[in-house]
Amino acid sequence: MSIQIVSSEIDVEACRKSAAADAAGAVVVFVGAVRDNTKGREVVRLEYEAYVPMAIKVLGQICERAESMFGLLKITVHHRIGILNVGDTAVAIAVSAPHRKAAFDGCQFIIDELKKDVPIWKKECFTDGEAWLTDRP
Amino acid sequence: MHIQLFCFGQVKEAIGANLVDFECDEGDSVKALKMKLLNVYGGLKEVPDFRFAVNQEYVGEDYELSENDEVAIIPPVSGG
Repeated sequence: MSIQIVSSEIDVEACRKSAAADAAGAVVVFVGAVRDNTKGREVVRLEYEAYVPMAIKVLGQICERAESMFGLLKITVHHRIGILNVGDTAVAIAVSAPHRKAAFDGCQFIIDELKKDVPIWKKECFTDGEAWLTDRP
Repeated sequence: MHIQLFCFGQVKEAIGANLVDFECDEGDSVKALKMKLLNVYGGLKEVPDFRFAVNQEYVGEDYELSENDEVAIIPPVSGG
């Protein structure tokens, strides 16, 4: 299991490689990217911050649950913080499993739980103002 | 008794700092701390549904605080 909160660019291919395993017939990679708008407002950049030690701890608990619920073989989660521009990778989640269904489901579980409980926040900076995102997508 | 209070996102802006030393009473629950904080920092009333973590674990409002606990106020999270 590799869990990191980073302040530089995420290497998605390195995440995929680190989740690969000889017994894995499937590797699923989810990439969360910075979108250029929120409900019609033009986004210039996002500013992410995290309570880093707790974020790593909670992500570890989520990944352990995913591992036992879906029989995942390897899991890599890298989340970026700091200032991100449109198109940048904010998060990469790579998981492997013997077969594809477990890998898809396990990967979805991790991103869904991350959005509920991991102490990471984003401030959206628009052309006409800024706001912390508070409604859960 | 003395606790360390970590603040993030909207909470940090409402309180005006990311780390605060806060005095509360022996045996105070998280709920009691929340009341005291709302009195001192009126801006917190604007933050919807914030939670608390103690020593990096989410806790409920009944949780009893101890000296030197690392307490964090967790506004709605928005990672990913």
